[in-house]
Amino acid sequence: MSAPDRSRAWNQEACRRAERLARSARWRRGKEVACGDMVSLLESVLEPGDRVCLEGNNQKQADFLAASLAACSPQRVHDLHLVQSVLALPEHMELFEKGIARRLDFSFSGPQSHRLARLVQARAIEIGAIHTYLELFGRYFIDLTPQVCLIAAQAADAAGNLYLGPNTEDTPVIVEATAFKSGLVIAQVNERCDTLPRVDVPADWVDCFVVAPSPNHIEPLFTRDPAHITEIQVLMAMMALKGIYAEYGVERLNHGIGFDTAAIELLLPTYGEQLGLKGRVARHWALNPHPTLIPAIEAGFVERVHSFGSEVGMEAYVAARPDVFFTGPDGSLRSNRAFCQTAGLYACDLFIGSTLQMDLEGNSSTATLGRITGFGGAPNMGSDARGRRHASPPWLKAGRERSGSDRFIRGQKLVVQMVETWQEPHHPTFVERLDAWQLQQDMDMALPPIMIYGDDVSHVVTEEGIANLLLCRTPEERAQAIRGVAGYTPVGRARDRRLVENLRDRGIIRRPEDLGIDVRDATRDLLAARSIKDLVRASGGLYQPPKQFRNW
Amino acid sequence: MTRAPSYREATARHRVAGLLDAGTFVEWVGPGARATSPHLAALGSPVSFDDGVVVGEGRLAGERVLVIAQEGLFNGGAVGEVHGAKIRGAFERACTQPPRAVVFCIDSGGVRLHEANAGLLAISEIMRALFAAQSAGIPVWALVGGSCGAFGGMGIVARLCDAVVMSEEGRLGLSGPEVIETVKGVEEFDARDRALVWRVTGGKIRRTLGEATHLVEDNLVAFREAVVALLAAGQGPVPFTLETLQASQARLEARTAWDAALRDGQSLWDRLGLADAALMETEQFNRRLQEVS
Amino acid sequence: MESFDLELPARAPGAAPGTAALYGVVSSGNLEVLVEAGPSPDRCRFHVETSAHGFTDVWQAVLADFAASHRVGGLSFSIHDAGATPAVVSLRLAQAVQSLEAP
Repeated sequence: MSAPDRSRAWNQEACRRAERLARSARWRRGKEVACGDMVSLLESVLEPGDRVCLEGNNQKQADFLAASLAACSPQRVHDLHLVQSVLALPEHMELFEKGIARRLDFSFSGPQSHRLARLVQARAIEIGAIHTYLELFGRYFIDLTPQVCLIAAQAADAAGNLYLGPNTEDTPVIVEATAFKSGLVIAQVNERCDTLPRVDVPADWVDCFVVAPSPNHIEPLFTRDPAHITEIQVLMAMMALKGIYAEYGVERLNHGIGFDTAAIELLLPTYGEQLGLKGRVARHWALNPHPTLIPAIEAGFVERVHSFGSEVGMEAYVAARPDVFFTGPDGSLRSNRAFCQTAGLYACDLFIGSTLQMDLEGNSSTATLGRITGFGGAPNMGSDARGRRHASPPWLKAGRERSGSDRFIRGQKLVVQMVETWQEPHHPTFVERLDAWQLQQDMDMALPPIMIYGDDVSHVVTEEGIANLLLCRTPEERAQAIRGVAGYTPVGRARDRRLVENLRDRGIIRRPEDLGIDVRDATRDLLAARSIKDLVRASGGLYQPPKQFRNW
Repeated sequence: MTRAPSYREATARHRVAGLLDAGTFVEWVGPGARATSPHLAALGSPVSFDDGVVVGEGRLAGERVLVIAQEGLFNGGAVGEVHGAKIRGAFERACTQPPRAVVFCIDSGGVRLHEANAGLLAISEIMRALFAAQSAGIPVWALVGGSCGAFGGMGIVARLCDAVVMSEEGRLGLSGPEVIETVKGVEEFDARDRALVWRVTGGKIRRTLGEATHLVEDNLVAFREAVVALLAAGQGPVPFTLETLQASQARLEARTAWDAALRDGQSLWDRLGLADAALMETEQFNRRLQEVS
Repeated sequence: MESFDLELPARAPGAAPGTAALYGVVSSGNLEVLVEAGPSPDRCRFHVETSAHGFTDVWQAVLADFAASHRVGGLSFSIHDAGATPAVVSLRLAQAVQSLEAP
């Protein structure tokens, strides 16, 4: 063994950090930066090729810092490598168009998905990989650690302690990875307070903060107006409750966002109560504070909810229900995307969500031609966790069904895809070949962007019935089970009717009538709330919906 | 557990069935007559067997009433030639075979653009026929609680009625929100701001201003009970006299003295000491409104 | 608009309405169906007018399944469709037949 090389400096990162801070000194007073100096400060600390995390996810956005970064001179700041959850703002795309950033590792691009696809095709952007949230967070600690992070917080005190408010979301994981690897943490805050309601990020992890000219944008992404829930969605929700929740005794779960799952939430206190499910299903949740969950909470179905982020308008309601939600001593929600994703992956027995396309292997995708949307958290929620070891009745039942015998070594998460067979005329949900394959070709990707792998899917619920894929023994049976609930889509009509009837006899396919559900009972009168106003009533006036959802 | 059927979400046929005594409704020019719109057909648009309006007679708390119900989901309840003729005909029938009252479930954005001239004519014919029924001593009661509210010509028609029963969810106005935004600009009126739209045209502000005579919960039972109460009160048409006109005039003149800060329901409720009116349940709102007025 | 007629054998006679009965509403993604007495008790008839073009084969499959699973002999169905999905079509038809059987 040779002696250590005494000539090598082992603190080069810390030295570089000190240099950056020294260069930025003239643009800040202590840690506070004036709005008008933010561009200069960023130009002084950033170096070409830096890995930068510009905080933005599907709700909270560090929008002032994004605009400041986009206003930097591309001569001084260029070729950055962005490592961030979500591309949501036009400024995010501007960074690439101006050459300020060149490389991108991310999870989800919702509203910018068209523009992103165009930039990729024009070779103005290099995509490292499209991740799930947990993967990206994991890589922050391995090979994608930010040198600078630009984050959003609710408030700062003079020392630079930060209060994150109910929308904690990704901030803790970003700050942890950056601050403890000699990176710079720069925050925009909505206000400066003498005393913070609680300290979420200690001042010695924070290098600079700026009071932004306007509060950071938060999208009310998880608000679903019950007025838009259709009878068909009520029918599918009845099937899911009776055929899956009750059947497996699902107590711990996560819901994707959409009207299908909102319908389930609103049916718990009515149809769920009729079925005697209170206390037997849907007790523990990994879920944002969905307004549509209010009636089930009030009816006593829900015991605990841990959240990825918050939801605009739910602040007072959450604060008044601390037994249900995770809250700080100040009363406001404590959310955390990384922990909640972990909870959804390992501690939930069921994920149920919707998709745009599904093939005959059960692979599903929300990718459509000309758009790169990414994944977000659905693949973490919607996958069987191979690292799980603790047992629960639904996990064991699903594992037994998959193995087909009583000698099995592993349980199975219930991963349910809930879709109508047609998205709209000319757009069947069920297809022989996913658009994702074409997108892979067009965008020169390593793999087609599959949201949920078919071998993770346990059940498919459509208006025609439920297909239990766990009970299928061959790929052919699986394909026929999917065709058997694919309705009048070309895929559905190409079913082998005799085989499908056989699957039905074996309980692999169950129609509403097999479940004792009369489709004509599926009316909107079964919803515990039919309007946003009903949700406000159910909350005792505590829920304060944003104005675009109010009609008063 | 199911809830009382929403009036707003019910179709015109369900509203008629829910309002009247069970099994008493007799429809005139029903869907089997296939009196569909020739204009829509010529334009290649879908038609409806009843052209979006149900008319007929039945019993309500035992009394014979005539019912007109517009279907807001079919082309926004808009009035076309056939649709308008059915309504006009119903009022004319009211003159020849007088019922106790005409119950008019208005759910309409006004004239159907596909057949604008015919629709405009139809609305003036409806007004004339409505006046004739009132002159014959038959009260006309408007129910406004559908998704389209009562706008354009049908907003005027609603205000000609002797009583206007609204739910908070109902809306009443002349120009619709989108029209105001287009003409006056988004700074003046943002039609996508639903809260603003309801603060200006919704049931609660209309009740506060006295343009709606009753405010009820959004369910069929509540609307029926309101009509039953009008019947029980022996309510006839509001007399068309110099005194009533002068009273109306005085009320409107008083409004012209309002300052510019009174822009919507909220500013008015603030002044009346009803700051949380928007969030009040209907019953509480009605009680508090009575207390302050 | 696209229109077509279809006549199918019926499993069992249906509850014919005394006067024509209308269910549903013509609005986006929805339809109305008028049910009347048809000429022959062992057949049922359909007349469809739809704003969604190119789906006649899907309609025929939906209507055939409906006729095979409900008592619709001697009934005539006239449909005005504004782009309803097959799921909505099946539901409306089922609701119409149910309402006729238990008004």
